[in-house]
Amino acid sequence: MSRPNNGRVFSAVLIKDLRIEFRSRVLMNQVLPFAGLVMIMFAFALDNDDVLQRVAGGLVWLATLFSSLIIIQRSFAVEAADQALDSLRVAGIDLAGVYFGKAIALTIKLIVLDFVLLVTAMLLYRVDLTGSGLVLLVTCVLGSTTGLGFVGTLYGGLTAGAKGRETLLPLLLLPVVAPVLIAATRATEAAFASGGAQTSEGWAWVGLLAVFAAVFGVGGSLAFGPLIDE
Amino acid sequence: MSQLVTSTSATGTRATRVLGLLAILVMLWVVIGGLVFTPQDVVQGESVRIMYVHVPSAWIAYLAFILTAVASASWLIGKKHSMGFDRFAGASAEVGVMFMAITLVTGSLWGRLTWGEFWQWDPRLTTTAFLFVTYLGYLAVRRLEGSAEQRARRSAIIALLAVLEIPLVHFSVVIWRSLHQGATVLNPSGDVKLDDLMLFTLFSGVVGFTLVFFWLVLHRQRTMLLLDVVNRRGLDTAIANRRAEGSTN
Amino acid sequence: MVSEVISFVDAVIAYDNFPAVAGATFSVDSGEIILLQGPNGAGKTTLLRACAGLLPIARGNATVLGVDLKSDRATVRSQVGLLGHSNGLYQDLTVAENIGFWSRLVGAGNEDIAQAMRLMGLSERLSAVKISNLSAGQRRRCALATLIVRRARLWLLDEPHAGLDAQGRDELDKTLRSARDAGATVVFASHEIDRAQALATRRLKVTSGVVSEA
Repeated sequence: MSRPNNGRVFSAVLIKDLRIEFRSRVLMNQVLPFAGLVMIMFAFALDNDDVLQRVAGGLVWLATLFSSLIIIQRSFAVEAADQALDSLRVAGIDLAGVYFGKAIALTIKLIVLDFVLLVTAMLLYRVDLTGSGLVLLVTCVLGSTTGLGFVGTLYGGLTAGAKGRETLLPLLLLPVVAPVLIAATRATEAAFASGGAQTSEGWAWVGLLAVFAAVFGVGGSLAFGPLIDE
Repeated sequence: MSQLVTSTSATGTRATRVLGLLAILVMLWVVIGGLVFTPQDVVQGESVRIMYVHVPSAWIAYLAFILTAVASASWLIGKKHSMGFDRFAGASAEVGVMFMAITLVTGSLWGRLTWGEFWQWDPRLTTTAFLFVTYLGYLAVRRLEGSAEQRARRSAIIALLAVLEIPLVHFSVVIWRSLHQGATVLNPSGDVKLDDLMLFTLFSGVVGFTLVFFWLVLHRQRTMLLLDVVNRRGLDTAIANRRAEGSTN
Repeated sequence: MVSEVISFVDAVIAYDNFPAVAGATFSVDSGEIILLQGPNGAGKTTLLRACAGLLPIARGNATVLGVDLKSDRATVRSQVGLLGHSNGLYQDLTVAENIGFWSRLVGAGNEDIAQAMRLMGLSERLSAVKISNLSAGQRRRCALATLIVRRARLWLLDEPHAGLDAQGRDELDKTLRSARDAGATVVFASHEIDRAQALATRRLKVTSGVVSEA
């Protein structure tokens, strides 16, 4: 009998999650339109080109957080529908591998989401991007989506089968990701040069995003299994 | 477990009664000292008296969450996974959330009187608010359905994750504010010149609130214990019933 | 090889305050095919889930494959295959992708997938069909195929015959016998009394949470 190993579990779960998205197109057909709609609603609410340009970074990351709640719920609704995650648990599959697989799949979906949101912001809110700003922005997206992927998978797994999960997930997740919102917003503003911010100011925030992702990557891989266990 | 509960009518013991009596005496002094004997502040006037409630409750709130984290870690590390640690963690968090609410309310009232604002985006205030919400989440996780062991394991992990989270929140708010404001807002108590009597009253407040905290936690974890005992007795009866049912069929 | 695969002594398994299994004392040896008999709600499902290391033992003692369920449920899980009322399949993926997912998890090869599908009567044509488009019987066979790919030592099956057509049931019985011949032990609950009794080497009666020899 071959023992399951981490890397194998990781890649199997990652491929499986991306394949499910590819088949069902929930991100494509539902989450992205929702996120785009939110960006338009922000413009209606703020109704001022200068203000929009100034706060574009914050709006992108707010839209990311709210959309991520939907993506996370979906990611675990798929597992709960026919108790597939339960089967993995029953089979003693390495849950740290499952955790990283699901977290990275979530990260990839968030990267797609943020790409669309950032392009939307540039078109709708008329923000400009320089070459060095682009490098900062890409790094910022990678750092924050990885952090969100780790935290989201952790709390998504905890609330997966629970009663009232729709409300419990935001209550648990949003306070935890406050540092991501702050850091990613400041870094994005630096990249967009909003309010005269310098690109160099953004890199310190990217450092914070990296620390956040590392802390919750390690913490999450240890905590995920015990959290979803019966 | 059931032999621990000899008198089921009350959650008090001799020790908790002494503790309660001490708490009443100290708090009596805090009330009289804080409202009557201590002088006004030169700058803040009468509003400085909020300090005797605000500072001790903030101290208790943070103490409570440290104790919750320690008890949670003890539950996880301990080979026996003693439920006493879980109950203590839960009781401490519940009481801590109450003191955190008192801290936030008294703090914003005090802020209104001294700054003219209910709220400032001060790192300490913001972190406290996040701590409050985080532990509301912790209490929500404790209420999720599942076995007692599952509840203990989940909530212990959530409590420890909060220990990771709070410094990150605090740190990010600190640099956020330092970039946007020249100087951070000082906590009101930083402006106050305390004389000996005021210091003594403040100290008494800290002691008194600590006594009240432990009195509450001891009773709360004891009601939790009683609840577990009731559940286990229910289980015993249910097992007997089901066995009887099974053998007659 | 542990000859005693399952050993329960006065084991109580409870959901909150309801003792679904109020006292189970029985043992299962390697190579047996055990039928759990009893009405709905008697505790058969709970017993199977407990054997799979999913539920804590509230009272008494229980070991599975030589591992104490009270102290170490995790080790049991990788060597046990439980198939409950749910199939644990991803509805948006095809038959081949679901089985392929499990084979990737445990490091099985393409031949294993092909063999599992053949044994469960899942044709080439079905392999590219989404689970959500399959009949209940076809889904059940797909779920059983994932157990074959995993090479579980103890098979715990809750109503495995439910939803299968006659051919599928014959295929299942054949598979269970050959799995037994290969050293696996099978414990299953079924309402298909005649078929189940023909398949089983021994029966256990489960009534209102109490387990006894039939």
